[in-house]
Amino acid sequence: MNKTMFEKIWQDHLVRESQGDTSIIYIDLHLVHEVTSPQAFAALRENKRMVRCPQKTVATMDHNVSTRTKDIAKVDATSRTQMDTLSKNCQEFGVRLYDFADKDQGIVHVIGPELGLTLPGLTIVCGDSHTATHGAFGSLAFGIGTSEVEHVLATQTLQQSQPKTMLINIDGKLGKKVTSKDIILCVIGQIGTAGGTGYVIEYAGSAIRDLSMEARMTICNMSIEAGARAGMIAPDEITFNYIKGRDFAPKGSDWGKAVAYWKTLPSDKNAKFDRVINIKAEDIKPMVTWGTSPGQVTTVEGVVPDPERMEDAVERTAAQNALAYMDLKPGTKISDIKIDKVFIGSCTNGRIEDLREAAQIVSGRRVAPGVTAIVVPGSGRVRLQAEKEGLDQIFINAGLEWRFAGCSMCLGMNDDQLKKGERCASTSNRNFEGRQGPGGRTHLMSPVMAAVAALEGKITDVRIFKS
Amino acid sequence: MQPFKFHSGIAAFVNRVNVDTDAIIPKQFLRKIEKVGFGKHLFHEWRYSDYEGTRENPDFILNQEPYRKATVLLARDNFGCGSSREHAPWALGDFGFRLIIAPSFADIFYNNCVKNGILLAQLKSQEVDEIFTFVEKNKGAVISADLPAQTVTAGGKTYSFAIDAFNKECLLKGLDGIGWTLQFQDKIAAYENKIKNQYPWLSRG
Repeated sequence: MNKTMFEKIWQDHLVRESQGDTSIIYIDLHLVHEVTSPQAFAALRENKRMVRCPQKTVATMDHNVSTRTKDIAKVDATSRTQMDTLSKNCQEFGVRLYDFADKDQGIVHVIGPELGLTLPGLTIVCGDSHTATHGAFGSLAFGIGTSEVEHVLATQTLQQSQPKTMLINIDGKLGKKVTSKDIILCVIGQIGTAGGTGYVIEYAGSAIRDLSMEARMTICNMSIEAGARAGMIAPDEITFNYIKGRDFAPKGSDWGKAVAYWKTLPSDKNAKFDRVINIKAEDIKPMVTWGTSPGQVTTVEGVVPDPERMEDAVERTAAQNALAYMDLKPGTKISDIKIDKVFIGSCTNGRIEDLREAAQIVSGRRVAPGVTAIVVPGSGRVRLQAEKEGLDQIFINAGLEWRFAGCSMCLGMNDDQLKKGERCASTSNRNFEGRQGPGGRTHLMSPVMAAVAALEGKITDVRIFKS
Repeated sequence: MQPFKFHSGIAAFVNRVNVDTDAIIPKQFLRKIEKVGFGKHLFHEWRYSDYEGTRENPDFILNQEPYRKATVLLARDNFGCGSSREHAPWALGDFGFRLIIAPSFADIFYNNCVKNGILLAQLKSQEVDEIFTFVEKNKGAVISADLPAQTVTAGGKTYSFAIDAFNKECLLKGLDGIGWTLQFQDKIAAYENKIKNQYPWLSRG
């Protein structure tokens, strides 16, 4: 029978198939961070349980870390307690930790691939909804809650019911300056923020095959914003080239064996998906969110929609609430929206290619007066690489701030926050009310779009910006 | 985990779609290392008019009588979307909610609620509309749930909901999920032996 990539990985990881109750699947890699793990470790201790496979568990600190200093004494006490707790837990249970001071520390979904921990065919979980990022390698990766973190720590497995499958084909060639961020925002706009609920999405088609690994990660990363727990892309030569030589990648004779296995993973021809969606790459334009849900999105050529014209009452109310919160009027051109802050970073767009693209835009120019722009690399390695290439100097000379790695203003758990009423052009993944700071207003977009917004002080179509 | 069999209580309602877990419990409260004490921060930004949470917003339903004692929450589509934070069900549970009714829920949030003894009853959109009309007209109306029968009763009408058999069992018994899985330890060990040979590159030192 023809199988989807998801079905192959699922079946290969069944420890026990459901007998009218629940299936148990094996977890190959468990990533851990400081926010969603303390209660799980505490419960293990309370129940006198061990971490079953410490060598399959890897931890880092990302949500709370300061991006201004590496001096933990300068971080506020509650954040410090949470980071100290992770250190103690990792030490007690024998888990490898990349702590705030480690040169390889970074956002959990940036360092996994970077270290070669993320590989095709694996099941990967983390107490973080953006775990879907790792699916870009052809792995089954999804976010879990803290009770499930505890379950994986104790058993190296999860109880799961089998999700449905969705295929999203994106064929054709992307336009100039149109990025993978625009692809995923377009997908979310099309299927809605609950369109993927209950599904694992596989992204395929020639436009996906043309993308680099980093661009693919951006797409899978935001699958959760379409309601899907996992997004996947079939591994190919681009995947293998990315992995080869990384710290934890298969070495020696294992490499050939691994690649041979990975080549069996892509969905079989004529494999059946529960739902199929086709999008033409040529139709995708730079996308910008106008509301407080990632599905409230339009193109940079568009206008803020008029809720009165929405037929569905629930959608209309949601749009009215969003416009009130965002302080926007229907009919306003997206390219007329002024911004106060710019955030370039996050597990969605904090990788080296994102920084290169943003740097290319701002090189030799200046951030608009009154705009504060910060660039937060996704990891210590991304930061180091950027500095080797001189990107830090390009940003600094253009008036952007150059920070240390962390989740930063994607969710503002540290001191990188929007103030009430501030409007931000952001490369992150969520435009929820208060997400980047209480009362803050977020417009999601690609790194090149955010970079142009920083220079112009307003949302601007990167395609007509003279570079 | 507290088992769930039957429940009756005052129903509060949040008439918004896509209520995300950032709205249920904002980030500034995720830095605790315990599971308790999140209830007073539930829906923080809607519930209080200041960042510190010292001034209640009188317009928000949970600041009004009798909804301060609500244990049932009526909601709209895609409730609990966004972040996987289990702090969201911890906050809902700590406030006192045991039953949430909506036309759809986000996946991770659904699982997290089951693990915390909170029943999510997914009803058809028109049924939820009907219940909204009923509770909006009848201040402090009580809604009941009967998990063994898989029904919700509101305004004299009974509605059926579907639930996965295993989730139902977990809720009814207050099952320790880890304990359940550990009865298959031999199968886990056998699987680990198999992959050691099949995928040798996965055996990291």
